[in-house]
Amino acid sequence: MESLELATHVQRQQYVGKTLFAHFDSHSQSSKKLFLATDKNIFASFNSRTGDLFWRHVDKVGPEGTIDILLLHGQDALMVVGGGRLLRSWDTNMGGLNWEAVLDTGSFQAACFVAIQDTVKHVAVLKKAVISLHYLTNGHQKWVENLPDSDTVQYQAVYSGGEEEVYVLGVVPNSHLTIIAYSLEDGEIIKQRSVEAPWLSSVESSCVVIGQGVLMCVDPATLALYTLPIQAEEAPQFNQILLQSLDLEVSLGFQPVLVSSQPHPARSPISEFFLQLGPDHHVLLQLNADGYTIAALRDFQPAFLVSFATTGEKTVAAVMTPKNETACDINLFSADSGRRLLDTTVIFPLDLNGGKPFKLYVHAFLKKDDSVGYRVLVQTQDHALTFIQQPGRVVWTREEALADVVTMEMVDLPLTGTQAELEGEFGKKAAIQDGLFPMVLKRLSSQVILLQVWLAHLWKLFYEARQPHGQVKNEVTIETLSRDEFNLQKMMVMVTASGKLFGIDSKSGSILWKHYLENVQPNAVFKLIVQRTTAHFPHPPQCTLLIKDKDTGLASLHVFNPIFGRKSHIAPPALPRPILQSLLLPVIDQDYAKVLLLVDDQYKVTAFPSTKNVLQQLQEMASSIFFYLIRSDQGNLSGFRLRKDLSTERIWEVVLPTEVQKIVAVNGKRPNEHVHSQGRVMGDRSVLYKYLNPNLLAVVTESTDAHPERAFVGVFLVDGVTGRIIHEAVQRKARGPVHFVHSENWVVYEYWNTKSRRNEFSVLELFEGTELYNSTVFSSLDRPHLPQVLQQTYIFPSPITTMEATLTEKGITSRHLLVGLPSGAILSLPKMFLDPRRPEVVTEHSREENLIPYAPEMPIRTEWFINYNQTVARVKGIYTAPSGLESTCLVVAYGLDIYQTRVYPSKQFDVLKDDYDYVLISSVLLALFFATMISKRLAQVKLLNRAWR
Amino acid sequence: MASVPRLCLLLSIIPTILILCADFACCNTGRKTGDGLDTDFSGFSVPLEHSFEVDDVSRFRMRGALQLRGGRETSVSLSQSQLSEEDRNTLKEVAAVDGLYKIRVPRVSLTDRQTERQMDGYLTAFVRACSLVESHLSDVITLHTDVSGYLIGVSIVTIPGACRGTEVEDEVDLEAFNTTLTIIPPTNAPQPETALFIERMDIEHEKRGKPQEQKSFFAKYATSEDRHFGDATARVLIQFRGAY
Repeated sequence: MESLELATHVQRQQYVGKTLFAHFDSHSQSSKKLFLATDKNIFASFNSRTGDLFWRHVDKVGPEGTIDILLLHGQDALMVVGGGRLLRSWDTNMGGLNWEAVLDTGSFQAACFVAIQDTVKHVAVLKKAVISLHYLTNGHQKWVENLPDSDTVQYQAVYSGGEEEVYVLGVVPNSHLTIIAYSLEDGEIIKQRSVEAPWLSSVESSCVVIGQGVLMCVDPATLALYTLPIQAEEAPQFNQILLQSLDLEVSLGFQPVLVSSQPHPARSPISEFFLQLGPDHHVLLQLNADGYTIAALRDFQPAFLVSFATTGEKTVAAVMTPKNETACDINLFSADSGRRLLDTTVIFPLDLNGGKPFKLYVHAFLKKDDSVGYRVLVQTQDHALTFIQQPGRVVWTREEALADVVTMEMVDLPLTGTQAELEGEFGKKAAIQDGLFPMVLKRLSSQVILLQVWLAHLWKLFYEARQPHGQVKNEVTIETLSRDEFNLQKMMVMVTASGKLFGIDSKSGSILWKHYLENVQPNAVFKLIVQRTTAHFPHPPQCTLLIKDKDTGLASLHVFNPIFGRKSHIAPPALPRPILQSLLLPVIDQDYAKVLLLVDDQYKVTAFPSTKNVLQQLQEMASSIFFYLIRSDQGNLSGFRLRKDLSTERIWEVVLPTEVQKIVAVNGKRPNEHVHSQGRVMGDRSVLYKYLNPNLLAVVTESTDAHPERAFVGVFLVDGVTGRIIHEAVQRKARGPVHFVHSENWVVYEYWNTKSRRNEFSVLELFEGTELYNSTVFSSLDRPHLPQVLQQTYIFPSPITTMEATLTEKGITSRHLLVGLPSGAILSLPKMFLDPRRPEVVTEHSREENLIPYAPEMPIRTEWFINYNQTVARVKGIYTAPSGLESTCLVVAYGLDIYQTRVYPSKQFDVLKDDYDYVLISSVLLALFFATMISKRLAQVKLLNRAWR
Repeated sequence: MASVPRLCLLLSIIPTILILCADFACCNTGRKTGDGLDTDFSGFSVPLEHSFEVDDVSRFRMRGALQLRGGRETSVSLSQSQLSEEDRNTLKEVAAVDGLYKIRVPRVSLTDRQTERQMDGYLTAFVRACSLVESHLSDVITLHTDVSGYLIGVSIVTIPGACRGTEVEDEVDLEAFNTTLTIIPPTNAPQPETALFIERMDIEHEKRGKPQEQKSFFAKYATSEDRHFGDATARVLIQFRGAY
């Protein structure tokens, strides 16, 4: 039963992030493994046929877990992790760790396999001042040597061509190149050469090794290629070849790039190489056998991307060229001749809502007829991976941008065409415009449409019933999208750090639309605002994304339709000044869009939309529009009031000295939150009224003093309109990170207790007392008495990563806290356990009220995990949304993975159970009905008989 | 060396004192205070300014002087003069256009008297002018301090707080402020109540102590054997008990 339920609406998608290194498993011809190392510190293996994950290793976040390099040889995948901290070897078959070796300190520069007599036995790791050689079988160090003059020479590359030596290349920028040959056997320096190279600044970016150990460099200043035999015995010299002599020209301001290929570490690299001369100009060149002349094999222009691939003895070059606006061609060329291979064209469809192609990874293989076949993985700028097979079929696409969701919203799906038609029929506008007769006609036509739809539905049911089971696909497409009976299916609009927006169906988890915003800075901050929901047919729903540069504060708006992802034709206002704050007003314009106010650094306000109607409304309401600004760097909280001319006036100011504490987080309440009950009935039948201030802000601070005895966490409850400090609590001997939820009349926060070294939960609840000051309306300006504050603290046996509260349509259902744990579990913690009125001593009254007696430790019950075994890696945020059913709250947890589910905090009190016996109930009803009919008849007969008597 | 424990003691005392004086309040109207308190924590005075203008552009004027006393017993008192005829009229005019009555105090530290006491900037708060007029200048001013005694915020409310549009005829009602002044230090959030809980558990255990004596035969056997025999026997028996 549970698993059945799981199958229907629980979805988990696993992601890995932006690919840094990708390798195909070339161990066997039929292998379908693909290995990726990503910027999220993940090493993963995919099934190249389906794009599904085989396995995934999630390492530590941050520089400690960064993957510096991924090398693949046979069944071993070698990885240097954490800026040269660790060397790891993985078994590519099962994904198990073969061994791990701790490397000497020093920043990582380069690594390569080292082979002796055609077998790869070692791996060389080059660091800033050290080179070490490790056995491939167990990771043990064979030798380690200090590099000479490492304070002046920047060692950047290590090369081995299968001989008895390992070469290390270093450079003194704009002076000379240093080549050191180490003996494989004992790490002894065999020779050391220094070559004049005043034009060379970096080996890493401008040089490659090709052919029989020839170093090939390119210099954009002198517009020349330089060759140098690394193994030369006598004092070597760079040989200059002007690009002009090859009839080549570099695009203006472009840094030329060399691409080479070393198919097998035991052999030297191939003599052919690519030279990129412009953003879409590549040339395939060949180093002649003499070792210092170059022949141009083929010129590729336009060509976006190139890549070498090897299978058996054949090396091919794949080149991606633009075909038209919507597609690119990829062709194979023989590397040694530059000849195009027949029947190798595949088409890569360019997604207009995606990024440009960024990198090609080619997997070549020999077909039965000895010709070369290939598959290609294309990485685009929006971090998406597309796998293409011959002849041009997209096998799968992975949207890896979703590994870093920043913010999201859930939007109701639109009604179906017919539903909307009916709504429109009785709409306000229609009634005014039409007379009686057109109304009747309209009514009839809509009835006909309804009948049509019903018949079509019946036909579909009949048709599907005849299909064998399992073939019926319930595929969701953007056309068939419509709201279900209980509004359980919604559109999830997700904003990712890369600037790609997604529209995902909450039920199936399938991506329905995507839109890539180019030119989004990596440090941008996003805020997603729903300006108009789907409820205002025929006006389309409207979302606005505020993209703000974190450093400059300059912002731009992207306005779009959240159901289809299309950019709106409404022009957003130009924002020339940095934006400090944005706020969505409940004011709506004539098209039912809520008004967004943007406050710039001169405290001037821009309204969007800014139609005449809106400006007029704003002028009327100006004196009751208040907003706050928080400058955490100055510890300053201040409040403003809008003036009629859309300028502002500062009306309150609270300053928390930064030398004592710094503001770490501020949270208001969610605007769509409903509180059903204004008070709590106590054991003695009196009512304790909640303090429900919609303008209340919870401000969390941390002390600047980090000493465990003096550190503290401050929680300030500030009224956002008047700036009045409603409550100020100090949690002593505590420090962050603080996670907190602010809702209804309570704040729950979690912190680290520095004295007891444990995590603790604290709950604050605010009550007005047993009498309400003004029961009809809440105004911050007229609430002179401070609320009563109750607080209780509990020990929590686990650290947490994020926290959110459930949300339901009317707020009748009891609340739960959804807590994301570092283990990937999501805990649904009843708010009942976080209640400051939990009594120390159980009394009659507390029992009456169903209060749980106080226990200092908060339990974690395994049945509270809502995601069972489906852990969500690195959960970063939890989003909750109400559904049409009061009992049901939709939950999306995002982080590395995305997990969608539903929770029922008070069980499904408004839903009939699946095993509800409809047959029994209806048969009983029918039986009763007939029984009454019969008994009535009998009674009539009896009466008649009596009358005759 | 000897000063270290004493310092610790002092540190542990300070929070309790802060709680004791949490709700210390002092209110007066135009009365002179602060005489005869020439201890090392003698008070100091900061201006309390107010502003009420028809055009809503702040022009702060002196309303009174706040007499602050930091240290062991934080206290505050206020000496303020009456509103002049002109001020009364302006206030009424501001109230008529639903303007704001703002107050501000400079940012100061109550404890740290050696260093620069006054920092730049002010703490500001406001109340609707009409509610101040309708309450006949009965206001409640609250000063908030942080853990180290800095003033961090000020708030002003009137009682009653609503604007009902009632006319205030009597000029006398708008002459003198009837101010309630409070200074609120932060409250200490509670720690988990482990000690009390354990105590309660112990009591419950003791209550239940007697019926627990009547253990099953096997349980009794196992615990008594624990003392007499080696570990191995005990373990076996305990496992046995588990199965039982």
